[in-house]
Formats: sequence, C-alpha cells, structure tokens
Amino acid sequence: MTLPALAPAYPELWLALSAMALLMLGVFKGDGSTRLVAWFSVAALAVTVLLVVMQPAATETTFGGLFIADGFGRFAKVLILLGSAFSIVLSLGYIRYERMERFEYPVLILLATTGMLMMVSANDLIALYLGLELQSLSLYVLAAFKRDSGRATEAGLKYFVLGALSSGMLLYGASMIYGFAGSTSFPLIAKALAGAGGGHASIGLVVGIVFLSAGLAFKVSAVPFHMWTPDVYEGAPTPVTAFFAVAPKIAAMALFVRAILTPFGEIAHDWQQIIIVVSALSMLLGAFAAIAQTNIKRLMAYSSIGHVGYALIGLASGTEEGVRGILIYLAIYLAMNVGTFACILAMRQKDQMVEGVNDLAGLAKTHPGMALLLAAFMFSLAGVPPLAGFFGKFYIFMAAINAGLYTLAVIGVLSSVVGAYYYLRIVKLMYFDEAAEPLAKPVRGELGAVMTVTGLFTMLFFIWPAPLLNMAGVAAKALFP
Amino acid sequence: MPLLSIVTFLPLVGAAFIFLARGPEEIVARNARSVALWTTTITFAVSLLIWLNFDNSTAAFQFVEKHAWIGAGINYHMGVDGISMLFVILTTFLMPFCILASWEAIEHRVKEYMIAFLVMETLMIGVFCALDLVLFYLMFEAGLIPMFLIIGIWGGKRRIYASFKFFLYTLLGSVLLLLALLYMYFIAGTTDIPSLMKTGLFSGQAQTWLWLAFFASFAVKMPMWPVHTWLPDAHVEAPTAGSVILAAVLLKMGGYGFLRFSLPMFPIASEYFAPFVFTLSVVAIVYASLVALVQEDMKKLIAYSSVAHMGFVTMGIFAFNTQGIEGAIFQMLSHGIISGALFLCVGVVYDRLHTREIARYGGLANNMPKYAAVFMLFTMANVGLPGTGGFVGELLTLVGAFQANTWVALIATSGVIFAAAYALYLYRRVVFGELTKSDLKAMLDLTPREIAIFAPLVIMTLWMGIYPAPFFDVMAASVKHLLDQHQTALAAAKAIATAAR
Repeated sequence: MTLPALAPAYPELWLALSAMALLMLGVFKGDGSTRLVAWFSVAALAVTVLLVVMQPAATETTFGGLFIADGFGRFAKVLILLGSAFSIVLSLGYIRYERMERFEYPVLILLATTGMLMMVSANDLIALYLGLELQSLSLYVLAAFKRDSGRATEAGLKYFVLGALSSGMLLYGASMIYGFAGSTSFPLIAKALAGAGGGHASIGLVVGIVFLSAGLAFKVSAVPFHMWTPDVYEGAPTPVTAFFAVAPKIAAMALFVRAILTPFGEIAHDWQQIIIVVSALSMLLGAFAAIAQTNIKRLMAYSSIGHVGYALIGLASGTEEGVRGILIYLAIYLAMNVGTFACILAMRQKDQMVEGVNDLAGLAKTHPGMALLLAAFMFSLAGVPPLAGFFGKFYIFMAAINAGLYTLAVIGVLSSVVGAYYYLRIVKLMYFDEAAEPLAKPVRGELGAVMTVTGLFTMLFFIWPAPLLNMAGVAAKALFP
Repeated sequence: MPLLSIVTFLPLVGAAFIFLARGPEEIVARNARSVALWTTTITFAVSLLIWLNFDNSTAAFQFVEKHAWIGAGINYHMGVDGISMLFVILTTFLMPFCILASWEAIEHRVKEYMIAFLVMETLMIGVFCALDLVLFYLMFEAGLIPMFLIIGIWGGKRRIYASFKFFLYTLLGSVLLLLALLYMYFIAGTTDIPSLMKTGLFSGQAQTWLWLAFFASFAVKMPMWPVHTWLPDAHVEAPTAGSVILAAVLLKMGGYGFLRFSLPMFPIASEYFAPFVFTLSVVAIVYASLVALVQEDMKKLIAYSSVAHMGFVTMGIFAFNTQGIEGAIFQMLSHGIISGALFLCVGVVYDRLHTREIARYGGLANNMPKYAAVFMLFTMANVGLPGTGGFVGELLTLVGAFQANTWVALIATSGVIFAAAYALYLYRRVVFGELTKSDLKAMLDLTPREIAIFAPLVIMTLWMGIYPAPFFDVMAASVKHLLDQHQTALAAAKAIATAAR
C-alpha cells in the first residue's frame, strides 16, 4: 500500500495536528491555560500561512483527485487564516471578561479553520461536504459557546437547525448531479458536460445545480437563504460574530466559486440567472433592511448580506475577471470587517458590553482615534473612494460591465447609495451627536492594534494597490487553466 | 519639478502637521489656525508659478506628470490646459480667505475643521488636475467626505438633514458616472483622458448612454434644475467658509466636467441633447431667480441666485461656439469669486447677530458704511453690472446662446432683470432703511481682518470686469481646440450617416 502524495495537503495536516495537540495541552492543564492555547493557536495559524505561501506555484491534486492545491485556493486560504488569527486575537480580552475562558474556544476555531481549508481545496462533491461539515459543526458549537446565555444558545440552535436543513439540500443536489453526470469529481463532471455537446444540460442536472446553489447560498447568507444571519450574529458572543462575519464567509464564497465554475463553467447560461437574482436581492435587502436596525451586530449582519450580493456579481459574470474581482473584494472585506468588529468589541460602558448603534454617539469627542478609524471603515463599507472598499466594488462592477450585466451593475450602484445611508448614520452619531453616556476608556491594547492595522490598510490601500491586484489576478487565472 | 503634484498635496502636508498637534485645546486651535493659513497661502503662491510658466499658445496639456498606478491603462496622470488651469488658481486663491473667515467663527473642534478644509483643498485641486478618469473620480467622490463632515459638524440647526441630503444626492448622481467610466475602460482599454478624447471611439448609441450617465453626475453637482434642491439646504446649513467653497469651487466641477468629458468625448450626444440642456438652463435661470425673490433667508437667496447663474454657464457651454464656451468658463470663475464674496458678506453680519433672516436687518448703511460699500459692489457684480466680473461672462454666454438659439437667449436675458430685482431687493432690506433695532445699532463695522479678506476679492472682481483679457488669453487655444475637435467629430459622424444611406 502506498500513501497518497501528502505535500499539497501539508497546511491542512499541520493545522489539524496542531489542533489535536493544543486540545491535549488544554485537557492536561485545564481552563487556566486558555490564554496560552490561544496564543499557540495564533502561532499555528501563522505557520500554516507560511506553509501555504511556500507551496509550489503549480496546480497539484492528491487523494485520488479529491483534493486540489492551486493558486486560487492559496489566495483564499491566506485570507481565511488571517481572518481566524485576527478573530482569536480579538476574543482574548472578551473571553476573560465574560467568563468564557475555556480552552476549547481557540481549538474549535482551529478545527473550523481546518474545515474551511478543506472546503477551499475540495475538488469533488464528497470532499466538499466533508470540509463543509467539519466547519459547520465547529461553528454551531462556537455560536452557543456562552452556554449560560439564553440568546447565545438560541443562536446556536437556530444556526444548527437551519444549517442542517441547508446541508440536506446541498446533499440532495449533489446526489442529483451525481445521478445525471455520473461522477462526483468536478473535472469529470465538466468533462461529461463538455461531451454532451455544449448544449443545455438535462433538467435533472439543472435541478441538482439549483439545490447545490441553494445550500451554498445558505452558507454565504445570500437572499433568500439569509434569515438565520441577523439572529445568529446578534445572539452569538461578539468575537464569535466577528469570526462568522469573516473566515467562514470567505471560505464559503471561495467554495461557491469553485463548485460552480469548475464543473459547470461550460453551461453558464443554465445557472447564471439564478446567481443574478440571488445577487440582486441580496444587495437590495442588505441595503434596505439595515436602515431600521438599532443593534450594531444586527446591522453588520445585513451589511454582510449586502456585501455577499456584491461579491456574487463577480460569480454571475462567470469570467476570470469576475473571480479576480471576488478575490479582491474578499481581501478588502476581511480588513474592513475585522476592523469594524474590533471597534464593536471596544464598546463598553462601565463594566457592560453594549451593542446599540446609539451607544456610539459622541465617540469623536471621547475616543477621537477610534472614531476616525470606525468612520474610515464605514465610508469604506459604503464604497466611497479613496478607501479600500471602493476598489473592491470597482473591480466587481468592472467584471459585470465587461460581461454585459448592465442591469445588475445599475442595481448594485443604486443599492450602494441606499447602503451609504446607514453607514453614514454611524458616522453622524459619532461626529455630529453628543454622548448620553460615553464609552469606557481605555481601549484594550490588542483591539487598538487590530483596529490600527486594518484601518491603515483601508485608508492607504489606494496608494499602492498593485500587489494585491496582481496576486488576485494570478489566483483567478488558476481557476481558468 | 512636479509642480502640479506639489500644489495638490501641499495642503495634505499641512493637514498632517495639524493632525499631529498635541497639547491643551486652546493652543492646538491657535496652531491649527496659523498652520492652515500658512499652508493655504504658500499653496497659492506656488500655484501662481503654474500661471507664470503657462504657455498660452498651445492647447496641449502642460506640466504633465505620469506614473504607473493601478496598472493596465489606469495611471497617475496629472496635467492642466487652458480650461482647467484657472480653476486650480481659483481654488488656491479662495482657500486662505476661507481659513480667515473661519478664524473666529469656528470655536470648537478647530483642529478637525482645519484638517477637513485642507484635505478638501487637495481633493478640489486634484479634480481639476487629474488627467485620468479613475483619478478624477477618486478626487471627485472623496470630496464628499470632508464636505459632509464640515456641514454636519459645524453647520446650523438642520445640519444633519442638509449633510445627508448633500452626500446622498451627489453620490446618487455620480455612481452612474462610475459605471460609464468602467464601460469606457472596457471599450478603450484605458482611462487616460487625452486618449479618450480621440474622436470616433464610441458609437452614437453608446455616446447617448454615456452622456446621460455623466450628465446625471454633473447636473447634480452643477446643480441644474430640477436636481438643485440639495444646494439651498447645504448652503444655508454650512458654516460660512463651507458655503464659500461649495459655491465657488464645488459647483464649478459640474461645468468643468461638461467641458472636459461630455463635449470632447461624446460630441454627437452633446449635440443631440443640446436643446434639452438649453431648456433646463432657461428654466433654471427664470425659475431660480423668481424663487430667490421670495426668500427670507440671506444664504438661501444667494444659493438660488447661484442656481440661476449656473444656468447661464450650461447654456453657454452647449451653444458650441467660442463666445459661449469662453463666456461659460469666465462666468464660472467670476461667479466663484463673487458668490464666495457674497457668502462672506453674509458671514460678517451672521457672526455679529447669529441670524440670517433678512427681516432682522435693516439700515446697516448707518453704522457699517464700509460693509455697505463692499456688499454693494458684490451685489452689483452679482447682477452683472458692466465694469464688474459678472457682466463679462453673462454677456458672452448670452451672445453665444443668441447665435445658437434666439429664443433661449431672449428668455435667458430676462433672467438678468430678475437678478437685478432680487439682488437689489435684498440689498435694500439689509442695508437701507431706518436703523431701529437696538442690537443692530451695536454692530461694529468691518474689522481689519475682514477688510483683509475683502480687499483682494474687490480687486479681483474689478480686474475681471475692466480688463479680462489675461483670462481669455489663457483659455483661447484650448477652447479653439475643443471646438475644432467637436466640428471634426460631427462632420465625421455626418459622413458616416450619409454613406450608410
């Protein structure tokens, strides 16, 4: 018996092994070691980033073609790993403060991250499901991690029930696709479809694609499968929400792109309209529903629904340019969201965490630095130049225009104007209004550091955008050999 | 020497210095004021080098700088020609007065205020210097952020409503410009403005859509009737210096956009839509003048008069002849100075009495003779009295429009009479009459600081009215080139249409 080539999967193996090792460390040393385990987890993630970056540039498959390591995956993996590492750093203070200090917390994040890396590298419907479930199960537990809080357990349960439903849909779709295409492997499905003569796919296959897309749309929280998002975002502990908003979104988006474009790239006309509708609805709902929100985590949930809508424009265009747009968008989205959540985590009044949008009133007077950074994140999320968020939208819309999706692009820019309203409302609260009760000082060191780093990236991205653009370009090319 | 980049980013350097200032609030405020004043003054001095070294004989872009930026046809490309150069000077010229006008009027958060103004200056100069569409859009849109904050933080009672209306209205207009920009990039493979000006790049139908997208943005910025409604609100609520910047520079970006993009890049669509623009222009001139007549608030009255004056500008631009376009550019420059000065005049009495209600004033000629004289001059310039800058631009745009369409010119000329009516009516109510109210009696005449602000503006207004030739010398070659290109493009389109038949 010979082992499969393991080199393409080194990062995943390393991460899985370090998760086990840290679990054991935690078990032996007890909850007192949480801080240590957390920092070790960050270190493990950093090493994983190195392992990913050091992989050879070529595309390699292993485990009998189930697992693929390519440029596209590497770009997404680095983003996911950064997102996870930032989330652990952000939660350090919170878990101590809210008496959530249990060593399982960072370990669960590591396990979820392993699942995400698997998702990104899945080259087969079965591998896809494996990665997805490892991720989802860890996330269900994380959502309910604050187990004596009613809201958190409710969020965890909701997430679990709806997540199981969507997994079911996804599996059903996968079985349909297997039945009509004769394979679960992405390249083989693509080959079977190309052999069919490039015409329309059979109706059974289309039904399969619809169910698969529905399951994936749930994972990225696109309309009409978004209902869980606001409740889970609001109920889950804030650092968990920060994690949810970033790493799993990026992983699911990358998975969505690969699972649709690699096997079904040839029959784009069969699934394009689904993505177009989902994208347009997400952008509109994200923009309009956020207006009335008073809880900032709920507001960020709707904001993330809107942003997924923009990213999906890139998928709808189905081109290399579109994929590049998505990758640029995700990278920038990562920075903006991590920064915003760092600000949200810094919202304390006396000894109490607060989440009301109105609690930010007068922040410019009491915390000028934090207000400036949060304002930059808000303008960036709204897509106002010269901040990074504008460039994310710029490349997405460029792909849409080049693919002839004019209507979708117009819906996109118009909903971005509506969206600007609620981002501006936060700026207005911070700068134009007076505080009823100012937030506590000082902002914890690690939160301040994360805010500053992501804030500088957001504000100064326009000066030298070329490196990120080039890397995303190379990554996108890998998906279109 | 990269002169344009220096002028553009010098204010940003000043802003960085102010940002780093630490210490007790009193001292920080004092330092912020003087750093801002020095920065804007030096910027103005350096920008004069542009005019001194400017070659009037060529229509080509000058002081060109080009560096790789985003790659693939999107570069950091700066340059000025006869159309844009004077707007740069206008911006740098007015900024020191804005800082001086805010010297005592702004009492809280002085540091942030000065930073916002300096950032604003960088972005405004950048808009006029940018020779790349993406760079232009970046500067054009980014300007919304500091202006939003200026209106929202230091504005009047309804500042929040006004700032949101300003931001969202302008953003709505310009997002379509972004899509048009991307389409042009798709077709031409570059966003370089000189390359995009080459004729025959866009088909007739594409031109129609692109023109409309650009129009949506510039018409809101201009602002043209019926999308002008954000302007009175923004003007009334903004602090004095904010109003000056809005009226003097931000509005000019619309007219500049028409000249820089709509006319040379979409000549067929521009010709096609000219009657449409004429209609909106004359409606703006007559309607806004009539609305100005019934205003109770001084700033609102001047805001509506701005809408009317911008009607002359769009009318002149779309007349497609030398007089019309040169008149439109000149009108924008002179209006920049005159309306800026008028807002400063309002600011003078507002600082003393903290109201802009016209009925609260009256008889100021008795105890503020210097103020009355200055206000008189700018009121007359606003009406378009010969000998002031206002006359030259208005006359030329009317001459230009007369050649294109007699009726348009006829109706627009009536606007001049309305202007006289509302401006003189305002002046009479504020300055003449009995000085009865006791708080008015206590008001003092212009301080030396205020005289220092007004003196250069008075000189400029008279200079532009009496000897405007230097300004026309600058723009002549570029305007001629623009019109020649326009004629060539139209002729080519006509030839294709004939051949097709």
